[in-house]
Amino acid sequence: MNWLASIGHRGINVLRNLARALLLLLAILRAPQGLVTRFREFLAQLYSVGVLSLLIISVSGVFVGMVLGLQGYYILSRFAAESTLGVFIAASLVRELGPVVTALLFAGRAGSALTAEIGLMKATEQLSALEMMAVNPVSRLLVPRFFAGLVSVPLLAAMFNALGVLGGYFVGVGLMDVDAGTFWAQMQSQVDFNKDIINGVIKSVVFGVICTWIALFQGYEAVPTSEGISRATTRTVVHSSLAVLGMDFVLTALMFGD
Amino acid sequence: MSALVSIRNLHFSRGDRAIFNGVDLDIPRGKITAIMGPSGTGKTTLLKLIAGQLVPDQGEITVDGQRIDQLSTKELYALRTRMGMLFQSGALLTDLNVYENVAYPLREHTGLPESMIRKLVLMKLEAVGLRGARYLMPAELSGGMARRVAMARAIALDPMMILYDEPFTGQDPISMGVLVDLIRRLNDAAHLTSVMVSHDVPESMSIADYICVISGGKIIETGTPEQLSASNNPWTHQFIHAESDGPVPFHMGAPSKEVDFLGIDE
Repeated sequence: MNWLASIGHRGINVLRNLARALLLLLAILRAPQGLVTRFREFLAQLYSVGVLSLLIISVSGVFVGMVLGLQGYYILSRFAAESTLGVFIAASLVRELGPVVTALLFAGRAGSALTAEIGLMKATEQLSALEMMAVNPVSRLLVPRFFAGLVSVPLLAAMFNALGVLGGYFVGVGLMDVDAGTFWAQMQSQVDFNKDIINGVIKSVVFGVICTWIALFQGYEAVPTSEGISRATTRTVVHSSLAVLGMDFVLTALMFGD
Repeated sequence: MSALVSIRNLHFSRGDRAIFNGVDLDIPRGKITAIMGPSGTGKTTLLKLIAGQLVPDQGEITVDGQRIDQLSTKELYALRTRMGMLFQSGALLTDLNVYENVAYPLREHTGLPESMIRKLVLMKLEAVGLRGARYLMPAELSGGMARRVAMARAIALDPMMILYDEPFTGQDPISMGVLVDLIRRLNDAAHLTSVMVSHDVPESMSIADYICVISGGKIIETGTPEQLSASNNPWTHQFIHAESDGPVPFHMGAPSKEVDFLGIDE
């Protein structure tokens, strides 16, 4: 019966953590005035979470777009359908790859850093010190970071998409001699603003919330030792990636299942 | 003389481990009270209980007439603006420089103009002898300097009480002397009440007005340093005079020597 008890124990732990994470999210959302009073902190976080992630996102976007251009061309040309290469590239990026890959990269680049930063602040008693100075650490530290993540991920995804399309254009039109006019014209007529682009933006907003929320929660609840912080950082990346991929399936089913 | 902090029948446990088992303690106003005891007896926990960061399982903690465990978050925060706490590591905000760290409580809780904040910050830094370090970042400070900056920050709002968590741990003799001197001077000059948690016997004995020795979740003895050095309680005697064997045994419980060294079964 021991294994049964341990399953139950783990189940209770998972539920308890979920509840704590929800409470933390509520506490963050209940203190948005922190965003106004700490606007400079928000801008600073926007820089470190968003702007500093630009390089990895841009480079990945270009390469993903180039690979899409190449693979798309090989397959489509077998059916003499290479004129639809632009649609293929843009739709894959805008609907799926843009939001998902951006979120995965964001979790690895910015989420892990957020967890380590907050966890280390906890380990060095800075969170307690803020409380002792009668400053709520949630509104001082977590609110600006949360909203910075929420704003950054959709913008980064847009960047990823744009550069991906350019990468695909470079390979398809530049190297494989697909006609530039049909490449753009097909894309323009077949990619729908509401169905494709708006849905993609909604996805990336949801992923932004998930990644930042998980990162902040893991940092805030980290065991304040070096081992605890390293575990928390790992958990941030693993949980964020799984949550993003799982949520992507749910959202895709809701959005594109006619 | 009235007590600023009074603790009655305090019980507190972490998980299954009882940390405090019926503690009664009064901390008098305007004095330095040292709470002493070996590592792991919950001295820091006691400070956190006084500051309201932890809530007791049972019993009362009253600070300046207010039951700390029954305050709303807002009232608790209002009370905390009148308390300073010095953490073991200093706990300076690592993204701000020394000046901004000391200015931080002033910016958060007062609407003072920048020129006034500047004067106050420089005065507080002058008091700890670090006016010249205002542009340094916390990472550039030595441990002792970080603690002094943290002290300046703790007195920024002119509190009624400062809680010191192990202020002397890991300091070289010079910064130890500086800290000892500062704690005494700040207490007397600003009419503070100081509560100091420590296991450094000579330093604490030299500045504390009262000492309270705790162990095993209970208060062993309370009194002035002179009373405690003359104490007949074997436990206090062992602790104050740093003896290696006594009520706290040198040997940890182990199988008998016959079993371990000679292989004889009992």
